[in-house]
Amino acid sequence: MGAGHAHVLYRESASPVHRLAPEVKIAAMVLFTVAVVATPREAYWAFGAYALLVVAVAALAWVGPRWLLSRALIELPFVLFAFALPFFGTGERVEVAGLSLSVDGLHGAWNILAKGTLGVLASLLLAATTTTRDLIVGLDRLRCPQILTQIATFMLRYLDVLVGEARRMRVARVSRGDDPRFLWQLRGFAAGVGALFLRAFERGERVYLAMVSRGYTGRMPAVWQGAGAATAGQWAVAATVPLAAATIAAVAVVLR
Amino acid sequence: MDTLAMHISNGIIDGPVAAIFAAFALAVLTLCVLRGRRDLDDRLAPMAGLVAAFIFAVQMLNFPIFTAGVSGHLLGGALAALLVGPWVGALCVAVVLVVQALVFGDGGVAMLGLNITNMAILGTAAAYLLIALLLRVLPRTPAGLGVTAFVSALVSVVVASQGFVLQYWLGGTVDLGGNLAGLAGTMAGVHLLIGIGEGLITATTVVTVAKVRPDLVYALRARKPVVPAPAVPATGGVR
Repeated sequence: MGAGHAHVLYRESASPVHRLAPEVKIAAMVLFTVAVVATPREAYWAFGAYALLVVAVAALAWVGPRWLLSRALIELPFVLFAFALPFFGTGERVEVAGLSLSVDGLHGAWNILAKGTLGVLASLLLAATTTTRDLIVGLDRLRCPQILTQIATFMLRYLDVLVGEARRMRVARVSRGDDPRFLWQLRGFAAGVGALFLRAFERGERVYLAMVSRGYTGRMPAVWQGAGAATAGQWAVAATVPLAAATIAAVAVVLR
Repeated sequence: MDTLAMHISNGIIDGPVAAIFAAFALAVLTLCVLRGRRDLDDRLAPMAGLVAAFIFAVQMLNFPIFTAGVSGHLLGGALAALLVGPWVGALCVAVVLVVQALVFGDGGVAMLGLNITNMAILGTAAAYLLIALLLRVLPRTPAGLGVTAFVSALVSVVVASQGFVLQYWLGGTVDLGGNLAGLAGTMAGVHLLIGIGEGLITATTVVTVAKVRPDLVYALRARKPVVPAPAVPATGGVR
């Protein structure tokens, strides 16, 4: 995940969505999510419309439904929480298939399911079309304080350092007769976690000093930023999604 | 995978409460940015990055706990507060949360304010207050430091989980009525167990670092005369 490398969720392609500047995509995704969350939960049709928007963007980004849905499983714990709500909610109750369910709880479950799923799909689309490097460039251009982008840059860079050190230490243990299997290797790992941290830090410090000696002053050079900042046209194109979502949300609020 | 308490997803808490906490989180983070800039020198910059990476990696480990749907993971607030101080520490945790929300769908983007308030602000603040107190009271030995790390990590996790209960009480989308106390109890119990795991990892990590490179532990800097730092070139030039 160092310079120029992609993260696990990124899908290499040259679709129209991939070519948009990152700051535009981040802004569109955040505004879309806010519009979804602001929608009253009884407006079922609105969530259908949002789903259509997500499908349209996914099609434009050349991301298949299978890829999206399998990664959306991250949401599973919340879905289970949602299924518990109709049983524990208070107030008016209805009989469904012999079970007494709270109406408020059912609405709440739907609310979490619909808004949570749309939020996860939106961020998966952002992840699929934006490398982590571009993500930081985008945050930087959105006037995110430099200290935050600096921490984020090093975080992504050092994830590889950490994984690499962990692998080396495991090889070292195995070559000295340790036989890590399944859960038992957790003990060895836990005992070595301090050493892992220290080794990763000293390697990371060397990376940092190498960067400083090559002129790093807290911000990555312009070359690293790839394509230029977003044009007005790009902003206008990307604004269609959050604008459509905001319109849907406004209509849903008025119609309530 | 994410957890019920820590990474709140869209739709669990209603919009107005989420907006209030977003404003609160933004205000506190602004303060952290201003104070953190002073702290962030050539030794702390790579350390802040590594702490964030470590927290990111460690949050991937999930503890499934008794019932399906309730799981939790480590938080890292105490580790961050010990190694890089409260201001940069809160920023590290916040960066982890932002990246997770933006590209991993872990925690709703509209709920970022709530998640940052719980984990980055409440967790780190509780940990740092305890660290400041315990380091004064306990003996200045590795054991004292270990106990400090363990206790502050444990408490910070439970405090963060109660932050969620407070937010649910203010703006939960489903009225749980009398079950709210049950939610508080479940959350506290579950996170006590997580806190023990978190405490052990934090303590072993910090004690190892303190033994080999005490200059890297922010919490120990104030209490001894400044050790001459290893020669590190200044950013952007030769000293």
